Amino acid sequence: MSSRERILGRVRRALADVPGGEPSYEEAVGRGYLREHGERSIEETVELLAENLADYRAIVHRTDAEELPLLIMRLLAARGPQYVLVPPGLPPEWMSAADPTRFHDRAVSTPHELDKVESVVTGCALAIAETGTIVLDGSPDQGRRRITLVPDHHICVVRVPEQVVSSVPQAMERLNPARPLTWISGPSATSDIELDRVEGVHGPRTLEVILVG
Amino acid sequence: MSGTYLGMPAFPKAAHEAVGNATLRGNLRHATHTIRGKRAKAVAELDDWAELREAGKQIKDHTLRHLDRYLVQLEESVTAAGGIVHWAADADEANRIVADLVKMTGESEVVKVKSMATQEIGLNEALEAEGIRAYETDLAELIVQLGKDRPSHILVPAIHRNRGEIRDIFAREMSEWGRPAPEGLTDTPAELADAARLHLREKFLRAKVGVSGANFMVAETGTLVVVESEGNGRMCLTLPETLISVVGIEKIVPTWRDLEVFLQTLPRSSTAERMNPYTSTWTGTTDGDGPSAFHLVLLDNGRTDTLADEVGRQALRCIRCSACLNVCPVYERAGGHAYGSVYPGPIGAILSPQLRGTQSEIDASLPYASSLCGACYEVCPVAIDIPEVLVHLRERVVEGGPVTREGNKVVLKPAKGHAAERAAMRAARWAFSHPGALRAGQRLASRTRRLHPRSLPGPGKAWSGTRDLPAVPAEPFRDWWQRTHGGTDGAK
Repeated sequence: MSSRERILGRVRRALADVPGGEPSYEEAVGRGYLREHGERSIEETVELLAENLADYRAIVHRTDAEELPLLIMRLLAARGPQYVLVPPGLPPEWMSAADPTRFHDRAVSTPHELDKVESVVTGCALAIAETGTIVLDGSPDQGRRRITLVPDHHICVVRVPEQVVSSVPQAMERLNPARPLTWISGPSATSDIELDRVEGVHGPRTLEVILVG
Repeated sequence: MSGTYLGMPAFPKAAHEAVGNATLRGNLRHATHTIRGKRAKAVAELDDWAELREAGKQIKDHTLRHLDRYLVQLEESVTAAGGIVHWAADADEANRIVADLVKMTGESEVVKVKSMATQEIGLNEALEAEGIRAYETDLAELIVQLGKDRPSHILVPAIHRNRGEIRDIFAREMSEWGRPAPEGLTDTPAELADAARLHLREKFLRAKVGVSGANFMVAETGTLVVVESEGNGRMCLTLPETLISVVGIEKIVPTWRDLEVFLQTLPRSSTAERMNPYTSTWTGTTDGDGPSAFHLVLLDNGRTDTLADEVGRQALRCIRCSACLNVCPVYERAGGHAYGSVYPGPIGAILSPQLRGTQSEIDASLPYASSLCGACYEVCPVAIDIPEVLVHLRERVVEGGPVTREGNKVVLKPAKGHAAERAAMRAARWAFSHPGALRAGQRLASRTRRLHPRSLPGPGKAWSGTRDLPAVPAEPFRDWWQRTHGGTDGAK
């Protein structure tokens, strides 16, 4: 007998007491919890996102489409001469003010090469206001998961209000489980030393979120 | 479960030693009290906490009651998404599967995401025996591994260490494993975290095989979820070419939507955050992004035996948040090591004796490692009634009876050492079913009350050494009731 059959057999014997006419999944699970917490205008939801991002030590900027390239240039310049990585589908106008010699417009081939890159600029799939979370789903403006992981500085652009949802349940509705997802709530952190939160372990130690709208 | 902790003394002895360690008690008290307050605040932010908790319980209960169906569905979904599913009935089989998979890649080292399941089966030791080195990459796991120590908390395995001890371990041991700690390392948490970043980076960048567990597996889509803080999880899940995930069969949820419940309750219960810094989800493999080979090892190792117990099976709802550890007065004083298992605290006291059986001294003593205060049940985000299961397991230890071990029904003998307890309970049962004898006994006790000793003789001496014996009233209750017609006569 294979282990698969053995385990499934054990499960079935263990559940011998469960009657045949059990309620279905839909009947068994009550969804009495809220779809979102509190009532907010769209502007207030964006404000809450900014607050919660900042609360977990992300640096938040607000700008409009016209000013965005200049802001990105300033944020990159503030970190000095460096390699900047962008995913293949990033809107080219976002980087139009940044020095074009400074970025690679391609996916870097090995983790060691990625480690030489200082900053990365991406878009996102959506942002969750109640938890201060941005979610990446590997779309062309976000790229492979590793490019937002190995560099030490991540600039993420969120289009407001259309990419902002209030809550986790609203986010689940809009996300595609078939894509590899990365949920990011502030820069890398640890609570492993005396259960106190310290920012900056393996992921980017600086997370800058630009709310554009 | 593995033999990692074989030969552990029973809980009272191990706890007695731990309680004598003032540094340990100080570290634990500081850490658990810090997180307790923060958790309460994070939970209070959600008006619908009770509804989320109920939904989490219902999702898990429903899944467990149809686990065979959901396991088969999960296998289909993962396979359709490009993953390969393996089944492991016990720890040895799981370890063998992982070791063979690593050998097939030709590699001799792996990077690991913190995982309770792989600790439970003793995977690192098993790989070591096959010539494969496993590097723990979670900061706390690294502290434990470098310190040649054992984990003492589900979420923060090095909670028993303070910053000074961590500094000393890093300064002394890092050079043995790779990049040494920076010169002049101090004990500030930020510097310690930075030392770990530098030490582990070279390992992440060259790793070809990653090993993980998972917090959730979605049957409907074949998606796995890892919830973490540091980014070491993301490193292990995305940089290697091969990913091997070892996951207990109880980690399934039926649908993608179910995650909306647990992604709200888990971070707030464990690290007291609205959301943990990083959550990764993946469904099989993705072209050009992350590992090109994905293996899922589904682990039983005592879970189906636990499932067979109608009262005890609720322990399988556990999402490993560790909120119950942080509020437990016994854990706070005894520490995690006394529980003799990778699962310490209240949840460990009901999980370990069910996964491993109650034959060993430590497992038979674990159901007693509690004051039954109920704080663990109160904070549990999936409403596991831990006190109920503790009492149920105590009964099993004392009375014996039918249980399931490795899929077979067996009858346990009553444990040794509870003879006096059983005799007392038998006498009580007889007395309560013979009213005449009970009445005579109560009257006799009342009339002789001046002659009663203040402490018990013989085996009862230790018990009454720290307790006052209850005073016997001058008149039995039933006599008083009859004399005063239930107090309506106004007589005292």
